Amino acid sequence: MREYPGLRRRGFLAAASGVGALALVGCGGSDNDSGAGSGGGSDGKPRRGGRLRAAFAGGGASETLDPHLANLFADVARAKALFDKLADYGDDLSAEPRLASGWEPNAGLDRWKVTLRKAEFHDGKPVTAEDVLFSFRRIADPEKAFRAKASLEPIDLKASRAVDERTVEFVLKRPTAEFPNVLAAFGAYIVPDGTSDADFDKKPVGSGPFRFVSFAPGRSAVFRRNDAYWDGAPHLDELEFVVANEESARVNALLGGQVEYAHELNPTTARAHEGKGQIEIVRLRNSAMQAFAMKTDRPPFDDKRVREAFFLIADRQELIDGALSGAGVVGNDLFGKGYEYYADGLPQREQDLDRARSLLRKAGAEKLKVTLDTSAVAAGFTEAAGIFRDQAAKAGVTVEVKMGSKDSYWADILDSGTLCCYRSGAMPIESHISQRLLTDSTTNATKWHHKDFDALYQQAQSTKDETERAAVFGRMQRRLYAEGGFLVWGFADWIIGTARGVKGVERKAPANTLDWARFDKVWLA
Amino acid sequence: MSGLGSWAARRLLLGGAQTVAVVVLVFALTEALPGDAAVALAGDQPDPARIAAIREALDLDRPAYERLADWATGLLHADFGNSLTSGRPVSSYISDAFGPTLLLAGLTVALLVPVGVGLGVLAARYEGRFVDRLVSSVTLGVYAVPEFAFGVLLVTVFALRLDWLPPTAVGYGTDLLGHPAALVLPVLVLLSRPVCSLSRLVRAGMIDALASPYVAQARRYGIPGARVRYAHALPNAMAPAAQQLARTVDWLLCGVIVVEALFVIPGLGTVLMNAVAERDVPVVQGLAVIFGVITVVLNLGADLVAHRFAPRAEVAA
Repeated sequence: MREYPGLRRRGFLAAASGVGALALVGCGGSDNDSGAGSGGGSDGKPRRGGRLRAAFAGGGASETLDPHLANLFADVARAKALFDKLADYGDDLSAEPRLASGWEPNAGLDRWKVTLRKAEFHDGKPVTAEDVLFSFRRIADPEKAFRAKASLEPIDLKASRAVDERTVEFVLKRPTAEFPNVLAAFGAYIVPDGTSDADFDKKPVGSGPFRFVSFAPGRSAVFRRNDAYWDGAPHLDELEFVVANEESARVNALLGGQVEYAHELNPTTARAHEGKGQIEIVRLRNSAMQAFAMKTDRPPFDDKRVREAFFLIADRQELIDGALSGAGVVGNDLFGKGYEYYADGLPQREQDLDRARSLLRKAGAEKLKVTLDTSAVAAGFTEAAGIFRDQAAKAGVTVEVKMGSKDSYWADILDSGTLCCYRSGAMPIESHISQRLLTDSTTNATKWHHKDFDALYQQAQSTKDETERAAVFGRMQRRLYAEGGFLVWGFADWIIGTARGVKGVERKAPANTLDWARFDKVWLA
Repeated sequence: MSGLGSWAARRLLLGGAQTVAVVVLVFALTEALPGDAAVALAGDQPDPARIAAIREALDLDRPAYERLADWATGLLHADFGNSLTSGRPVSSYISDAFGPTLLLAGLTVALLVPVGVGLGVLAARYEGRFVDRLVSSVTLGVYAVPEFAFGVLLVTVFALRLDWLPPTAVGYGTDLLGHPAALVLPVLVLLSRPVCSLSRLVRAGMIDALASPYVAQARRYGIPGARVRYAHALPNAMAPAAQQLARTVDWLLCGVIVVEALFVIPGLGTVLMNAVAERDVPVVQGLAVIFGVITVVLNLGADLVAHRFAPRAEVAA
């Protein structure tokens, strides 16, 4: 059986890497509580009806509606229209209940009782604890390679059980204070018990705000309103996702009235059309971390003075202006600006070439030469590499930029090389740490292996009190700020264009969060 | 005629061998690309254990020659195999994408032949005069514009500024015939360069033919000018043009990626591009077979046409 997240060439960073988020806010149309989005306030009273067409970069003929295979922005947008997760990320990447109405840990934080809200699948059957266990077991199947498998790793699914129809008791392998993040993990959608692989292609049944109508892989997917949706029926009658891989095609289709929503636009396009009245431009802040990753286990970056020197070489604003055409904000060498637990009290790091030179001298690394791996795999990568090369030259460091294949880039840079361009989409800071910064992390591109750091992570996960936990995350981030391997120079905006009549589009939610691409709260004025 | 028959049979055999060579070469080149389908599938989550699991499930851990042999065995039963990425049959990839490609190619050729030949004959007839210079300079100018730039220009003017035509075919899927207006701009872009090259070839061929002794002889017999031009000179001018036309049709049928991407037309070029990026080897191989067969058949056809129009000329390879 072939069951893999189809990685499609464009936009595939969607998943773990950042996406901007667009959230659609429903003001008042339903009794949900998400109507506080900034976009919603001035949009007036929602109007029911109509069909919205949304253009995304897609995965071609290999696309599937299997939500557990979601890999691209387009996949996720379709998945969240048809399916729900137990929880999802709010604007600050903290987990909010969705199909779960609440959760309660035991004192040891290694057993969690999750209660489900009253919700129905599109075939009228209730969402039950068995459906949840079936979905998670499917994702965790050792024979398969579903993307969310790694996120669900803390759960001991053999020991977990359904207490009653609407209560699941999750038994965890270790204390996990941030367990709700697991429930909100990318791709952890709840599907009906017994769903077979073939069902997803023909007639996927979920509990989401829209029901399936038709699907042509690589071309279009048509869904219609689910009037029985537990979070209030969508305003739209119909929603159609269309695939247009070329950015110019998405923009042209939007300008020509062929679609009402175009996802993932270039900063230059945004500038050309912003405030002209023809289309609306929505910029979702803090959506994609932009960084250079230094491998801390090998020369020259095994010396923390060299790493600090590199932090001081970067002129972050110049990188934003050059590589992102200004569409972003500067970073402070930490992941997750604006997210829950982010250490925002640390001073903003600025370029300081004299200090960088003196640090390099002390480290015996004058006339340093390094190779910077990059690739056209993400917007701005090659530009950022070129700009950083010039900045490093001013501190006497010779950076040689090496272009890699974009189809295998992430695997290539994981273990080889010393310095590379890196980016990541929105995820909780805790997930960033567990996936990338622990000794046993599977994608530890900076080779950050520190037992005491691992211990701090375990301590945070074993701390029930939120303030104390925040303090531990703060300590970890201060360490990363001082001597970590990620030179985080910025956070890119995610840019979306909408036709003028489209209302209720959330403007604050970073990509991959609940309110991004949330079409059940959008309406056509 | 039996000479022609055995010649055609030899050409078909050779074509078959060429197609096999193309497939083996494409397989080898795809294997040589850095990364495989497992790496491409893992994307930005290159957890080594996950890559290993995907590789095992996709049978990518088996030797390359075994995978090629399996696939070739299936091909003998007209089974193109299944996509690594989605598990769907490769034949469905090809059949879904062939429609739009064939439609665009058909429309383009249907317009290309009369327009290209017409302009060529017109220019040849008024050789050196204003009409000739106008046709020649315009065709040379248009030929110099890359398709992408020409497409963007047409979209900007006719779709976005004047609002006469839809800018893309997004959302129409394979039902392009139901939206003829969406086909106008892509066909214009596809026509732009082939019209130029074809008309220039026809013009040159006509001028040569019109200056030839047999045309002079025909004129001396008092045969009317139109008949000399169209019945005697034009067929000779068509021989080189037929070769060019075959190459153009080949180019059109193998999927014109630029036009497909710009106008969001889900044809063969898009499928090929995605398949290579995903290292979806069975899909790439399936397309290589199709493209190989198309190329062989078209070239054979062109040679036959050239042979028919100008039997004296040696049959070009």
